[in-house]
Amino acid sequence: MAEATNAPRRAEVTVEGLTKRYGYHPFWHEVLADCSFTLRDGELTVLIGPSGCGKSTLINLLAGYDKPDQGRILLNGAPVAGPGSDRLVVFQETALFPWMTTYGNVAYGPRVARNVPKERVDERVQALLEKVGLQDFKAKYPSQLSGGMQRRGELARMMINDPAVTILDEPFRGLDAMTRELMQEYFVTILEERSQTVLFVTSEIDEAIFLADRLLIMSNRPGAILKEMEIKLPRPRNKDMLQTEEYLGYKREALEVLHAEAIKAFAGGSKSAQDFLEAFHKEHVEQA
Amino acid sequence: MSTGANAALNKLRKKIFNRTVLRGTVSVCLCLALWELGRAFKLPLLEAMPAPSEIFGVIWKLVVDPKFWANWGASYQRVLVGFLAAQVVGIPLGLAMATSKAFYDISFSAFEIVRPIPPLAWVPISIIFWPTTESSIAFVIFLGAFFTVVINVLGGARNIDARFTRAAISLGSRPSDVFFKIVLPATLPSIFTGMAVGMGITWEVVVAAEMIAGKSGLGYLTWSSYVGGNYPQIVVGMMSIGIAGYLSSYAIRLLGRVCMPWLRIF
Repeated sequence: MAEATNAPRRAEVTVEGLTKRYGYHPFWHEVLADCSFTLRDGELTVLIGPSGCGKSTLINLLAGYDKPDQGRILLNGAPVAGPGSDRLVVFQETALFPWMTTYGNVAYGPRVARNVPKERVDERVQALLEKVGLQDFKAKYPSQLSGGMQRRGELARMMINDPAVTILDEPFRGLDAMTRELMQEYFVTILEERSQTVLFVTSEIDEAIFLADRLLIMSNRPGAILKEMEIKLPRPRNKDMLQTEEYLGYKREALEVLHAEAIKAFAGGSKSAQDFLEAFHKEHVEQA
Repeated sequence: MSTGANAALNKLRKKIFNRTVLRGTVSVCLCLALWELGRAFKLPLLEAMPAPSEIFGVIWKLVVDPKFWANWGASYQRVLVGFLAAQVVGIPLGLAMATSKAFYDISFSAFEIVRPIPPLAWVPISIIFWPTTESSIAFVIFLGAFFTVVINVLGGARNIDARFTRAAISLGSRPSDVFFKIVLPATLPSIFTGMAVGMGITWEVVVAAEMIAGKSGLGYLTWSSYVGGNYPQIVVGMMSIGIAGYLSSYAIRLLGRVCMPWLRIF
């Protein structure tokens, strides 16, 4: 589990007709409606959607914290039943345990797995802390770390468990613009190196295209996948690519879908849709 | 080495002789002076109060009297027994109510009906029920802290951020890991809040119980001073209770800092 085997693992997640409602019939709230997609093995899939579109609900279902009303989730063909250490969620902001030091947080997975000798755990924790540049902060508590350090700590805690599927739920939310950009570059390096199945959820279009092998665009509530795009920017990625024609083409294509979706939501009185539309017009009308 | 010792000494000096401490001292002295003068000039209200000078006279007599310290010891012993029993029973009960829905459903209603009964209302029934006065006082003290402890632990353990338990499960925790490594440390701050509040109630209860049924203790000392007409000693008794309560709360804060190092960093 915590000890990665050298044999290549396959991890493909298939989501079929996922529907989730809250509340009771006729007053229920449909959060996800017939949502279907696939996370391909070894690919970094990015899910983007307006805020409040059901992304977090989808993550809870994928992780097994919650059960769908209809539809199913298959991991390598087998239905997912409840949470498991094969799928790991990195939560919004940070979910490092405040009562454990950075070291304790990173060592948590192998310690509860109880199948790795102590020295081996220590070796792996030290190596990972060095990799994410936190070796000098291993005795500090999460509240003593900066936002960027906390995200790197999360990354180390994830990597030591080496889950078959990693789900990142808006991990950079709450970071300032500078740190956010640094973290994007940092994460892309690490995730490219790992080349495991990853679902990255965000509401930022630049971040989405920069990271993605494949982009899934989600509709407003009730959430479903509106469009799938292959992002064929070369790897390793760097921020200079954000200036290329190819990148701008992807962005335009994605924004058109998001724009149409925002208009629909705006008609329904959504504040966030209004914000999006204002930003969209500013960018595109000024550019034209 | 010596420069380090010097620096430490300077730091200590700054800690003791600074403006905040000076103002505090001035405020206390001013109060004492007003009180003394109020008594001398027979101001209304202060007239009946023994003056600070009289009280200091009694204090000197009392601090060398082993009987006075026996009263401290008696109250402390009762507080400690009742308080510890409340922790030993209350913390597991609160945690069980927070983690098991079935247990919560069964126990909470009964708990909530008994909880509003003030501890002192239990005095008659516990005197009847328990064989000795001492055990009935301990029981009333126990009740005083018990409900506060349970409510705090329950509230704390139920309000743990779901991201922590979920992250722990995804990282491969067994249920016992979730309990001991997540729920318990996440509840510790609430446990200590419960302890601090419970300790306050414990001192209230012990004093009242000693006044009603005691043959020793600081509450008994205060009440018997009134009965015996030794008014300065009443004030000494009251001050002793205040200091004893403060020392107890201080001990709990100290223990909290040791047990929760992650809250100690600022």
